[in-house]
Amino acid sequence: MIESADVFSLMKVVYIIYVAIAVSFIGMYSFRLTRDGRIPAKMNGIFYAWVGVLIFTGVGIHILTFNKIPWVKWDLSRSKMKVDKEFNVAIANYQFQLPAKHLLIEEGQTVRFNLESKDYTYGFGLFREDGSMLFQMQVVPGSKNDIVWKFNKPSNYAIRSTEYSGPKGGNLFVKNAVIVASGPAIAQLMLQKEVKQN
Amino acid sequence: MLEVSNLSPLQRLALRFAVISLVFYGVTILEGMMMRVHQINFDLMDPDHYFAIMGAHPMVGIFGSSFMLAFGAFYFLVPTLLKKDIYSQRLAELTWMLMAVGTGIVWLSGFLFRYAALYTNYWPLPVSKEFSPYALGSFAIGNILIMAGVGVFCYNLFGTVFHQRDEKKPIGPLLMSALGIDGFINIYRRLTKKGIEKEPIMPLPVVAIFRGTIDTILDALVLGGISVVFLYHAFYAFMGTDLSANWFDALIYKNIYWWGLDLIADGLVLIYVAGTWYLLATLISGKPLFMQNIARAALLVELVVSWNVWGHHLLSDQGQPNLMKIVSGEMVTAFELVTMGIAVFITLTTLWQARPLKMTPPLMFLLAGILGFSLGVPAGIIQADLGMNRILHNTQWVIGSHAHMQLLVGLGMTLYAALYALFPMLTNNTELKSSFLTKFHFWAHLIGGIGMAMAMGFAGMDGMLRRAIYPGDATFQSHMIVAAFFGSLMILAYLAMMYNIISSIGIRGLIEIFVKLPKGQKKAEPVEA
Repeated sequence: MIESADVFSLMKVVYIIYVAIAVSFIGMYSFRLTRDGRIPAKMNGIFYAWVGVLIFTGVGIHILTFNKIPWVKWDLSRSKMKVDKEFNVAIANYQFQLPAKHLLIEEGQTVRFNLESKDYTYGFGLFREDGSMLFQMQVVPGSKNDIVWKFNKPSNYAIRSTEYSGPKGGNLFVKNAVIVASGPAIAQLMLQKEVKQN
Repeated sequence: MLEVSNLSPLQRLALRFAVISLVFYGVTILEGMMMRVHQINFDLMDPDHYFAIMGAHPMVGIFGSSFMLAFGAFYFLVPTLLKKDIYSQRLAELTWMLMAVGTGIVWLSGFLFRYAALYTNYWPLPVSKEFSPYALGSFAIGNILIMAGVGVFCYNLFGTVFHQRDEKKPIGPLLMSALGIDGFINIYRRLTKKGIEKEPIMPLPVVAIFRGTIDTILDALVLGGISVVFLYHAFYAFMGTDLSANWFDALIYKNIYWWGLDLIADGLVLIYVAGTWYLLATLISGKPLFMQNIARAALLVELVVSWNVWGHHLLSDQGQPNLMKIVSGEMVTAFELVTMGIAVFITLTTLWQARPLKMTPPLMFLLAGILGFSLGVPAGIIQADLGMNRILHNTQWVIGSHAHMQLLVGLGMTLYAALYALFPMLTNNTELKSSFLTKFHFWAHLIGGIGMAMAMGFAGMDGMLRRAIYPGDATFQSHMIVAAFFGSLMILAYLAMMYNIISSIGIRGLIEIFVKLPKGQKKAEPVEA
């Protein structure tokens, strides 16, 4: 399944190529602008073709991502989606109130996160250990803030607020808050947790 | 050197706006570099100081600098292009005073009282106990003064377009032309071959300025209105009563606020910029604008687009209805690519028809401005997508590859193009001292702007957030070092430009733009035998 890391690997290459093309085009255009030369007779036709390309590109991006990026469909149909697990997380006074120290998820499970803000507008994002983002959403007070995500790879994720909520908002960072692992590994972790509690 | 006594009141007015704008721009880039150095982990300041700077930075940059320069240019250009007097010189002077004082107070609210709800001002953070009543009150007063200045500008501009002092003209056709409707009528006539195409009454740049000013006044109403609410809360907090913030739904507030705020970014900037490109292209090429009727009609279409694009700022808000996300956030926003693409094509073709052209400073800055928007607008379209927004929202990509690319390279270079084009007109053909410094300004700003925006964009793709600091965490240090290197190039560019301008007009000329100095003794001219 495609993840944000895969999307960004491709996007970095595309972005560099695009910047190179745009800079080269303006450079070439500027050079030739100072030289005498023929002016194409059918500029009107080129103009309408250009407008067509712009419309195709603008709309095409959304059609492409709708079909290739799985979380678009999860997002649009999340109210009807069946999930394997559900976590309720509150945020108040610059603190995450998590249901457990670690939110344990089995590899392949679909999970719903319900977030509630008791004061300001916050964000809720999951970040890999290298700092890259898996996903994020806004957490607005008085609103229903939920997101559905399918976890296909074992990994540890940090939770961080992705929205500015005041200078103290930097406190909203919890390392290894979400642990995704195989079924037996999760069972082992849960057992350890029970032993600790007893 | 500049002889200020020979300048017309309109020239002096425009120069006042320009000087204040450039001073505020200097403050903005200094703030930017301070934040950048902090992000490299030099740990320069406390979080509340850092975020106070981050709150002031866009306000000073957008209203103190960009708006100021654009308004000064428009106050000069609209009466000049329409060949009529400005509606009120006094109101024009009042505009820069209100905006400069307002921007100064907003800056002080951060500097003195650490006000830091940032320009997003998400409810209820601004009116919370996080900030003192002095902080909130001074920010609100400063913002109200800025918006009052913006309102005065809009009133004065509409007054200039419609006043009938010199010649009586019916208002109806004037209004239709100012809105670009005659462009549509001409296209209809050409397609149906019914009737004869008529020469529009309004010059195209005036149509763009008029159209942009409609968004400007709406933006001022929203931001000014919110500031009145802030002032009300600050007053009660000062009196010892904390008002409840529950009366305003945070999501509805966010929609209203972004609707107004986005008129700056997506409506106003793109429209004003398109108008400036059209003006410069016709001035530089001496040719009529290519596809003029389409350009006029596109400005009217942009009216519909710019009023309906705010939804792309709420694609990550799960309480926002999906339909609004798709229609406003994705589909209408995609048409920004179309309207901007049309403006790029029309401008480049108009210039192309006049080649060979000499690569003058206005032309090279104009082309760099087009490049900036060609890089920044698609970056914005990418994040205005449900799938991409989920992994890009609030990252450095948004503020780097999109916003700073558009503002510093796109808008900045366009404004510099206008500045270099208008400089001789505003100073009675005073020549800039150094063409080397002009070229240095160009290359250092262009390379610096693109480099910095790209470094921020890559940091964003690697997960770095835009309104966050990472004390003691070196994950994004290398990105920020690269961004700082390119950012410092822009500081050098600014210093080169300022030195060039000030040495050309002289310190005395600079001061006399604002106040008349007592006459100094002139050097005795050598008498020829």
